Amino acid sequence: MNFIDLLKRIPEICKTPETLPLEGKKLILDFVTWLGSLVGIAVPPWVLTLVNILVVIVAIIAVFLIMFALMSVWERKILARAQNRYGPNRVGPWGLFQPVADGIKMLTKEDIVPRNADKVVHFIAPIVMLVPALILPVLLPYGRGMVAIDLSVGILFFFAVGAGSEVAIFLAGWSSRNKYSILGAMRAIAQMISYELPLVMSAVIVALVAGTLSPTGIVEAQGGYQFGFFPNWFVFTPWGFVACVLFYFSALAESNRSPFDLPEGESELVAGHLTEYSGFKYALFFMAEYVGMFAINGLLVTLFLGGYQAPLPFLTFIPSWCWFFIKLAFLAFSLVWVRATMPRFRIDQMMQFAWKFMLPMSFAALFSAAAWHYAGRGLLGWGISAVLVAIPYFALGYFCFTRHHSADNRRYLFSE
Amino acid sequence: MSPILFWIFSALMLGFGAATILNRNPVASALSLVVSFLGLAALFFGLDANFIGVIQILVYAGAVMVLFIFIIMLLDLKAEQRRQINIPALLGGVAIVVAFTAQLVTVIRSYKAGNEPFAAITPNLPDAHNIGMTLFANYNLPFQVIGVLILVASIGVVVLSQRELK
Amino acid sequence: MSYDYLLLTIFLAIALIFPLVPLGLAWLWARTLSPAKPGHDKQATYECGLESEKPVQIQFQAHYYLYALVFLVFDVETVFLLPFAAMGFVNIPVVGFLSIMLFLLLLVESLVWAWAKGILEWK
Repeated sequence: MNFIDLLKRIPEICKTPETLPLEGKKLILDFVTWLGSLVGIAVPPWVLTLVNILVVIVAIIAVFLIMFALMSVWERKILARAQNRYGPNRVGPWGLFQPVADGIKMLTKEDIVPRNADKVVHFIAPIVMLVPALILPVLLPYGRGMVAIDLSVGILFFFAVGAGSEVAIFLAGWSSRNKYSILGAMRAIAQMISYELPLVMSAVIVALVAGTLSPTGIVEAQGGYQFGFFPNWFVFTPWGFVACVLFYFSALAESNRSPFDLPEGESELVAGHLTEYSGFKYALFFMAEYVGMFAINGLLVTLFLGGYQAPLPFLTFIPSWCWFFIKLAFLAFSLVWVRATMPRFRIDQMMQFAWKFMLPMSFAALFSAAAWHYAGRGLLGWGISAVLVAIPYFALGYFCFTRHHSADNRRYLFSE
Repeated sequence: MSPILFWIFSALMLGFGAATILNRNPVASALSLVVSFLGLAALFFGLDANFIGVIQILVYAGAVMVLFIFIIMLLDLKAEQRRQINIPALLGGVAIVVAFTAQLVTVIRSYKAGNEPFAAITPNLPDAHNIGMTLFANYNLPFQVIGVLILVASIGVVVLSQRELK
Repeated sequence: MSYDYLLLTIFLAIALIFPLVPLGLAWLWARTLSPAKPGHDKQATYECGLESEKPVQIQFQAHYYLYALVFLVFDVETVFLLPFAAMGFVNIPVVGFLSIMLFLLLLVESLVWAWAKGILEWK
């Protein structure tokens, strides 16, 4: 093997974009073998395994960090457009280098730690927050055969690791020794546990239908087209649509984004658990929030939007991994759109919405999915399952939202 | 699982388990408990019991932990930190622990099956799938009994709350 | 399988180191170019410009605890659904499906009970 051969392979790889990332990884491994032969040793297999793992990890972290950087500009741009302004447009073309400027600013800011704070925990909290967020994307299938680890309990692992951010938020709030911080942290945890149930339930429904807990298996179960053109994505079934909407809003609540941003509601709690954070520690929280948001929306794409499958048969010439990121970008846009549109919830509304509407609806979606399956997964099943989700929807809407809750029976004895 | 990883995770689990009871600060001990659970989950992963490991994190590090945190925030933390160590009770506790450990070691030494290596289990299905199959085939009634038990638990929550809020 | 664990372990290690790098850089910057200037007011606990009053240990509403209890109950119930989720509808016999439905009805019943007794109200 010589170096010219390796170079010659690059244009060949680029000809088939579908397998570009996988072939690129192979090329790097061959390059390492070539380096070994240059020194005159046969590269042992464990080094190749290690290089393989490092390439995967670096690729995942790099992609998600680039997405985070782009998103931080994109979000401000879209918000600005929604509010009839320009948004950041000074640093670089279209303000694209804004994240670089922000990063430098964050690095050079003074790191202020309050004198009453628990210094060690105050330092650990942002790290504990970032670690689960960075680990999460490793489970997602990005394209055909492009999954870092295909765990048999993949989806569950996702939720289990996600529970780490609850602990991190509590650490941040508690170590700051600030009333706003601890209030924000308690609110955040109450909100996250309330919305975790619909989140897990809607994923369980998909797993029941697909017959596996592995993300790749779920994406494969959504392959193929009904009548030759209609994709078999779960979002296009009545139960799947309901579960998808439940998952979407639960994911919003889990990542503490507007309209579920009560824990950080600046008009009442300054910045919640982030109040006493400054400098790069704050940036780490920010990063963790965004990477976690991408990861959980990537799971939404995997579970309901067909993962890396193309929406129409004639669009399959676009590589599968592009489809994954196109769908993710669409979801990211919708998140900003929701943020620009919706006002913040009040805490009692938020809790009631989770327990009295989302949780019963997720049970209804489960029953509906069962009906869909046992009626033969055809048009008949489609109709029955639509009826089965429509009845609880209207019944719950009647019970939850038509009664007038008077505001004056709220007591403010304790902090909440 | 390689023995090195086993020892690391075991040490992590036991060390933070000890920290859980030794810490005077309830929040710190609750958080040590989380790390201890994580070590336990890692041991389960090492045994290829993915499902149990994930459940360990999901239920204990997620739900039970949150419960602890909320209880701690309802309590007066100062009282716990001020409490003095009772020397006779401490010595008694240590004596009991030593006696118990000695007994455990003796029993395990003399128990024949405890010394024999197990044959490797080679499941052809994911472990979660196997658990589901077992629940259906052999333990259907206990499964329903658990359902009733959980219902009773939620009724208990309601009763508890009604008393507390009055 | 060991490849997966190796990858996860290495990823965990890298994810732990990753945030330390910029924190270290920021520390170096602060150390060399802009030394920290701590002050009485700067290091004080933020409370909208006023001096912080009363201890931070505020008593929280008992409702947080109740929600956590209800959450624990439902979380355990979902855990029992997960093995069936791993099997999927396709592999579940009809009897098994009925037993899941029975289990789910118990779940729904406890939710209805909690709702009727007003546990789910945030007062």
